[in-house]
Amino acid sequence: MRKRSDAAKIRPSDITPHERYLSRRALIAGGLGIAAAQTVGNIVPPALAQSGAALAYVRNAALSVTETPNSYADITTYNNYYEFGTDKSDPAQYSQNFRTRPWNVTIGGEAEVTGTFSLEDILKPHPLEERVYRLRCVEAWSMVVPWVGFPLGDLLKRFKPTSKAKFVEFKTLYDPKQMPGQRVAVLEWPYVEGLRMDEAMHPLTLMAVGLYGKVLPNQDGAPLRLIVPWKYGFKGIKAIVSIKFVEHAPRTSWAGAASNEYGFFANVNPAVDHPRWSQATERHIGANLFGPRRPTLPFNGYAAEVAGLYSGMDLRKYF
Amino acid sequence: MWQTRWLLKPAVFIACLLPALRLGVGALNAVEAWHVGGISLGADPVKVMLHTCGRWTLNFLMITLCMTPLRDLTHAVFWLRFRRMFGLFAFFYALLHFTVYILLDQNGQASALWQDVIKRPYITLGMLALLSLIPLAATSTARAQRRLGRSWTRLHRLVYAIAILGVWHFWWQVKKDIREPLLYALGLSLLLGYRLWKHRRSLVRVSVAHLARTDGA
Repeated sequence: MRKRSDAAKIRPSDITPHERYLSRRALIAGGLGIAAAQTVGNIVPPALAQSGAALAYVRNAALSVTETPNSYADITTYNNYYEFGTDKSDPAQYSQNFRTRPWNVTIGGEAEVTGTFSLEDILKPHPLEERVYRLRCVEAWSMVVPWVGFPLGDLLKRFKPTSKAKFVEFKTLYDPKQMPGQRVAVLEWPYVEGLRMDEAMHPLTLMAVGLYGKVLPNQDGAPLRLIVPWKYGFKGIKAIVSIKFVEHAPRTSWAGAASNEYGFFANVNPAVDHPRWSQATERHIGANLFGPRRPTLPFNGYAAEVAGLYSGMDLRKYF
Repeated sequence: MWQTRWLLKPAVFIACLLPALRLGVGALNAVEAWHVGGISLGADPVKVMLHTCGRWTLNFLMITLCMTPLRDLTHAVFWLRFRRMFGLFAFFYALLHFTVYILLDQNGQASALWQDVIKRPYITLGMLALLSLIPLAATSTARAQRRLGRSWTRLHRLVYAIAILGVWHFWWQVKKDIREPLLYALGLSLLLGYRLWKHRRSLVRVSVAHLARTDGA
């Protein structure tokens, strides 16, 4: 049933270059802001674990913000995940029986290693880290979320993208039987997202498999989702089944649905308003009802790390 | 029947207040001033308050516009006894909607409001609808109705424009899923279409009567 044509071609050294392996050890040993690996009871390999099971991970304090994360309840009941309905409470309600195991991811396009891989093959070589990131939705609300995952770049390198790979295209599962929202043509299904290669390889870009130290709940994008903390939340495609290296920018779902309102880059930018609402400020979920709106930061507060990726680009044009 | 009939209006009045009461309790729960089980406005209470009040404004506008067709269909003036109350509830929820928007969503910043009104077409529409509701609410008393006479009827036809602005306002602020505003638009089309049909029919009747008279002359 599932193709495993090229899986055998992957050697452990493809998976984690030795220098990288060593540098990672050194980082942990040196304690550069990274605490020792957490050991939590009943740890199962992430690929086999069901939603809510504890994960083994290392806390990456260097790449985490110090703000207090939102509550688990807020993060798991207030979701934009149109595959399960357009109301924020729909995903929590309608994703409970969504099957995330077994799960396959197809790697295709401009890379030396392509094929269909089991989630286990995808995850196995990657040590997990916890990163507390800001999340800014294009609808002008924000949260702080403790994700568990690994750098997308580490995953992509395993497939040896060729020089023609300029962009990465991601697709969500298309299964209207399981995803009732896909029975309605609110967006074109399946959901498509994309990143420029340098964005995809950026150390902040995360493949998330967990939340609050546990396996990602279905409504938050299980089993595998993208997190790009300096971009609006809709870039964070959920339930990924396809990763393709491509030469040209893919037609992403929201940009395709309303190109005047949503761009391919979708970098958080307080200076460029959505045509129908201001992006200058945001309402922080879980904040005091009478508290002030917070100013939105350029690149969602990650400007020091990522602004260089866009130097010389007109961010009003490439919004 | 006549013993319980006086209860009907207060009962309807309280029923109309229930959505606002739920929001009030939910808001008190959200600021942890109170703990009433089962009523939670979720992770983003401001948004729930904003949207609930907006929806109930539209609901009450629709309900108000249902009263005349119901009278015609059932040949009972009974319905018209509630029309003013429903109309005033539409105004009440519109005011609440505006208050939540300006105090909780925008933290009372008047400059932000003005920016929004001039820059965001859907907010311009909403403000226009709210402002147009004011003269209707102000002239809702029996005395104003008597004093204004025929111009009262003409003035209160403004409610048709207000309902269109309201649905339009909803339609324009939706991100992508237009099913709900579409439902309101269809409902409103029916209610306004009925009035248009009735008006044209009465015009035909008048002209037929006119013809009949000239014929006889």
